[in-house]
Amino acid sequence: METKVAKKKLGLKDRYKLLTRDLGWEPSYHTKDEVFPYVKYEGIKIHDWEKWEDPFRLTMDAYWKYQAEKERKFYAIIDAHTQNNGHLNLTDARYLSALKLFLQAISPGEYAAGKGFARVGREFGGVGTQVACQMQALDEIRHAQTQIHAMSNYNRYYNGFHSFADQRDRMWYTSVPRSFFDDAMSAGPFEFMIAIGFSFEYVLTNLLFVPFMSGAAYNGDMATVTFGFSAQSDEARHMTLGLECIKFMLEQDPANTPIVQAWIDKWFWRGFRVLGLVSAMMDYMLPKRVMSWREAWNIYGVENGGALFTDLARYGIRIPKHWDDAEKAVDHMSHQFMLALYQWNFGTCFHTWIPPEPDMEWLSSKYPNTFDKYYRPRWEHLKKLAKEGKPFKNFGLAKLCQTCQLPIIFTEPDDPTMSCHREVDYKGNKYHFCSDGCQHIFENEPEKYVQAWLPMPALFQEPLKGDLGAWMNWTSLIDGKDNGDYVGSQDERNFQQWRGLATTNT
Amino acid sequence: MSTVFIALQANEETRPIIEAIQLDNPQAVVERQPAMVKINAPGRLIVRKATIEEQIGRAYDLQELQINLITLSGNVDEDDEALTLHWNA
Repeated sequence: METKVAKKKLGLKDRYKLLTRDLGWEPSYHTKDEVFPYVKYEGIKIHDWEKWEDPFRLTMDAYWKYQAEKERKFYAIIDAHTQNNGHLNLTDARYLSALKLFLQAISPGEYAAGKGFARVGREFGGVGTQVACQMQALDEIRHAQTQIHAMSNYNRYYNGFHSFADQRDRMWYTSVPRSFFDDAMSAGPFEFMIAIGFSFEYVLTNLLFVPFMSGAAYNGDMATVTFGFSAQSDEARHMTLGLECIKFMLEQDPANTPIVQAWIDKWFWRGFRVLGLVSAMMDYMLPKRVMSWREAWNIYGVENGGALFTDLARYGIRIPKHWDDAEKAVDHMSHQFMLALYQWNFGTCFHTWIPPEPDMEWLSSKYPNTFDKYYRPRWEHLKKLAKEGKPFKNFGLAKLCQTCQLPIIFTEPDDPTMSCHREVDYKGNKYHFCSDGCQHIFENEPEKYVQAWLPMPALFQEPLKGDLGAWMNWTSLIDGKDNGDYVGSQDERNFQQWRGLATTNT
Repeated sequence: MSTVFIALQANEETRPIIEAIQLDNPQAVVERQPAMVKINAPGRLIVRKATIEEQIGRAYDLQELQINLITLSGNVDEDDEALTLHWNA
């Protein structure tokens, strides 16, 4: 009998060196400046690209192997979900509003991130960074695809899932994440890394994917848990890439520190505003909740973000500029968002509702200093109006923030009874802002933000000219089906009826 | 001291891995949430290949962790034998 001699396997570090660094070459037909024309104009100084290394030391061969495994797991569960009437196993069809918002507002962001990482993977000068960015570009495309695929099963049964691509382009609330990604994609490669790789991935996505997906599990939505956790398994690598890139920039040259700090200030606040949508999803749209937005913020924002900035202090980096304003907003934002979504729910491609009494009690226990004092009375008033058959609709158009594109719905950081509104005159025009953070971002780059596409002005342009019905057609919103209150909706009726059919024989 | 953490999907593959992490990090605190397990530790946490192999009774490549990983926090360093998370401060 022959003795098998096992081939000696390369260690992780050697494999990384051979399959990453060794893929690079020195250009001879063109200068490096010609090959990588965008790495200098932002002012970031890099002296040695070799110093950047992926701490997971993931190589392309291993990447394909593990991604294939993740896909197999994902599709096994998606198939089981479809075969087992997964659309009926939800705690309540109210939950679907969170998914619709996710599909319209967040999945397209994954796709945008894919495009952005494909671009910076080409533009960065070092091989380690190029390979890691390529992997992330593929991940982001995968996320968009798996999310759309997982939610497509709900589209067969429920309203509001049918035209997410139109809504990504045309809906007023989706312009918030879209402008965030457009802003990042139209920046230079290093700023893009801080925007998406660092602020969004490291500081903020935990808040989006971890408690929200755990919440999906709690609400019987296996499809979403699966795409959520499958995507999030890549996110650990993305966060690490973001952190490594920021450390790399800071270690390469001390002159990089103030540039990086300004981007951290900007992108923390941009990200915080985008994630406001998630606060309403977590506190109001999940019928069963794992934790409140405040509790998630304490774990992933205060504790984890705090640890990160303590760690970066050795490079002279301080906590982002508007961090304190964010902290003050956390006990208010989900309520302010949901109240806004409710009063404009004729124009949302998902349902909203007045929270039932048990939900109000839960909100009151999670927000003891704010809910009963500022928000319960408003919900009670809305409840009274709805009972009288005069549900409150705000047909006045919202004033939008020129930077984050959210309506001006927030209050002053130190006075929750006072609406927060800032104005700037620039070259003969007046621009509005929801906060000091957004105003400062505009003032640093006014020529960029005066070009922003805003959804409300679009409503008054040709061919819509302010016609609400024409606007609904244009956004593919089906009036009376996709929008309005959950109570009395077709989604509610269907869910009750089908659930009855699924659990009885009559 | 700042907290590092690692979160894994709650399933049959990760059960022995979580046990291995607990063995190697007696200071770690395991939090069980719907569909996931989050392990917190003050300042530093180590995931060792050898300990996982003892728990599962087969050879294990640490990069397999990618499949069930949900999130982590801290500076990462991975080689063939261990994955380490730490904060410098």
